[in-house]
Amino acid sequence: MAETINRDNGDTASNSTNGQPPAANGPSRSADDRLPHIEVRNLTMAYGDYVVMRDLSFKIRRGEIFVIMGGSGSGKSTLLRHMIGLIEPATGEVLYDGWSFTRAGADERTAMLRRFGVLYQGGALWSAMTLAENVGLPLGEFTDLTPAAINDIASLKLSLVGLRGFEEYYPSQISGGMQKRAGLARAIALDPEVLFFDEPSAGLDPVSSSLLDDLILELRASMGATIVVVTHELPSIFRIADNSVFLDSQKHTMTACGDPKRLLKESQDPHLHAFLTRRADSVKAELNNG
Amino acid sequence: MTTKTAATTAANPTAGSYKLERTAEPAVLLHVAGTWRLNRATPTGDAAVGELAAMPRPRRVTFDSSDLGGWDSSLVNFVRHVYESCRRLSIPIELDGLPPGLKRLVDLAEAVPEATDARQSESVPSLINRIGGSAVRFGDTLGEVLEFVGEISVGVVDFIRGRARYRRVDFLEILRQCSASALGIVTLISFLSGIIFAFMGAVQLQQFGAAIYVADLVAIGMVREMGALMTAIIMAGRTGAAFAAQLGTMKVTQEMDALTTMGISPTEFLIIPRIMALVLMMPLLTLYADFFGILGGATVGATMLNISPISYLTETVHAIKVSAVVGGLVKAAVYGLLVAIAGCYEGFNCGNSSAAVGEAATRAVVDSIVAIVVACGTFAVVFNVLGI
Repeated sequence: MAETINRDNGDTASNSTNGQPPAANGPSRSADDRLPHIEVRNLTMAYGDYVVMRDLSFKIRRGEIFVIMGGSGSGKSTLLRHMIGLIEPATGEVLYDGWSFTRAGADERTAMLRRFGVLYQGGALWSAMTLAENVGLPLGEFTDLTPAAINDIASLKLSLVGLRGFEEYYPSQISGGMQKRAGLARAIALDPEVLFFDEPSAGLDPVSSSLLDDLILELRASMGATIVVVTHELPSIFRIADNSVFLDSQKHTMTACGDPKRLLKESQDPHLHAFLTRRADSVKAELNNG
Repeated sequence: MTTKTAATTAANPTAGSYKLERTAEPAVLLHVAGTWRLNRATPTGDAAVGELAAMPRPRRVTFDSSDLGGWDSSLVNFVRHVYESCRRLSIPIELDGLPPGLKRLVDLAEAVPEATDARQSESVPSLINRIGGSAVRFGDTLGEVLEFVGEISVGVVDFIRGRARYRRVDFLEILRQCSASALGIVTLISFLSGIIFAFMGAVQLQQFGAAIYVADLVAIGMVREMGALMTAIIMAGRTGAAFAAQLGTMKVTQEMDALTTMGISPTEFLIIPRIMALVLMMPLLTLYADFFGILGGATVGATMLNISPISYLTETVHAIKVSAVVGGLVKAAVYGLLVAIAGCYEGFNCGNSSAAVGEAATRAVVDSIVAIVVACGTFAVVFNVLGI
């Protein structure tokens, strides 16, 4: 499986493509652009004896939008949960800037986690807090800002996702799409280096989901963050992805890695081809023969 | 030349029926007729398959549906069974004689072969197997609980040293839930407990003309045991279950994950404030319950036994020892700790569905009450040995 890095230079001019990392603050933002920003190395994911996916290895460059794609139940979200440390891998490891996240101690891990932003499927806003408090919580915990400044920044982040004026609303009072955007505002509260999106378009209508794609592209262009997206929405995949990995639920491993547009043209794999062309025929034919 | 080999008699002329007809080829023509409805008795596919198997092997099977009235899934299922057995027996079968919609449904049902490895094996383990399994699980659970308690201990120390991450607003809200919100029910239950105590004592003590000792009985009973015990059981049902449900829901909605990946420990942020709140508030609630229990006793004294409130109060003050009050408060704090740990543990280890949240809340209450009763027994022995 060929490892290619196909980049859309028009969109990424502002970030690290040409060896210039975005404004480095602190030693954590490694200036070494030869290192992949994120590397998944020989990762095997298992629940007890049941192996979900084995031997996953791929690299994600700084500033890239990387899509984890695959059918329902193929373990896309599970892979994401491994990458952010919510599940421990059976074997293998995940590295950020060359540092192993899997083998890091508790304090190191917490420090690494603070550079991540995660948008969960349902938004996962803290229901006992208003939107402003949700966005403000990480700011209050990890910065020395005054409460007034925190409120100000929370309101800025909310207006970035189109929720200006909703600061005092509780999550239960707004729609699912708005909750998701508020979740995004919270995820970008601390200007993360890596943003993870778990099925961002799940439960959204086509227009909202396309707006969210715009927002993702916008965030990459403006913040220079590396973005990892779990999705099976083809329009989103072709629109935003620079690079991708395809998880095949029948073979229990990754069967392709690369720019989805190129994979669509070149791949001979029937499952991947069926997935990318949204056609079940080839898979059905294979099932009937087998 | 045709021979009719089998037919189901149609009691109701419109009810679904079939018959197999042998044609010259030799082939079988399967007539389906009448109206096939799920809520009426219709022939089963197995019957037709049995008849088909009993015949000399035909070269192919075809369908005729010229007398068919209405049909629904009952006929689709019938045809599917025949279709599958013909395929198993390698007899060619043609569905062209069926209505197009029906043919499409059968094709759709047969499009994907059965996933043979998908069936869940439902083997019933033997008794020894089950006992062994429970023992292993019990060991695991014990380990988990110990780990949880250890984590909490570290968290509590951080909390006391003022280094824990939590929101003061949340803590105050939990304090309120654990105290002020519970006052109504604690008042009612402890007042009634006092009355029941006094009644029980009064019936016996009156016989000896020692009615005034009802005050002693109620005072000692409430302060030493019942105040803390009743309050703890109320809090297990009220607050312990609420803790489990709140935390369980946060787990299901990934709010817990959101904290973790933000580098905020859910233990520090969610669990320690709950435990501290309940441990701090339980003694206060217990004092309050003691007071209302004694008031209940005094009410019985005044109305039934003609003991004046003043003499009842004097007797009560004589009966209560400081050590008993302190002992009661220590018990209350321990019960509070147990209820909070049970609620938080079950909520924290909740599964990923709405049903799991309900189970977590139930288990939290059961665990709490068992823990309270065990602790109560332990205290009785320890206090006895210490002479309190």
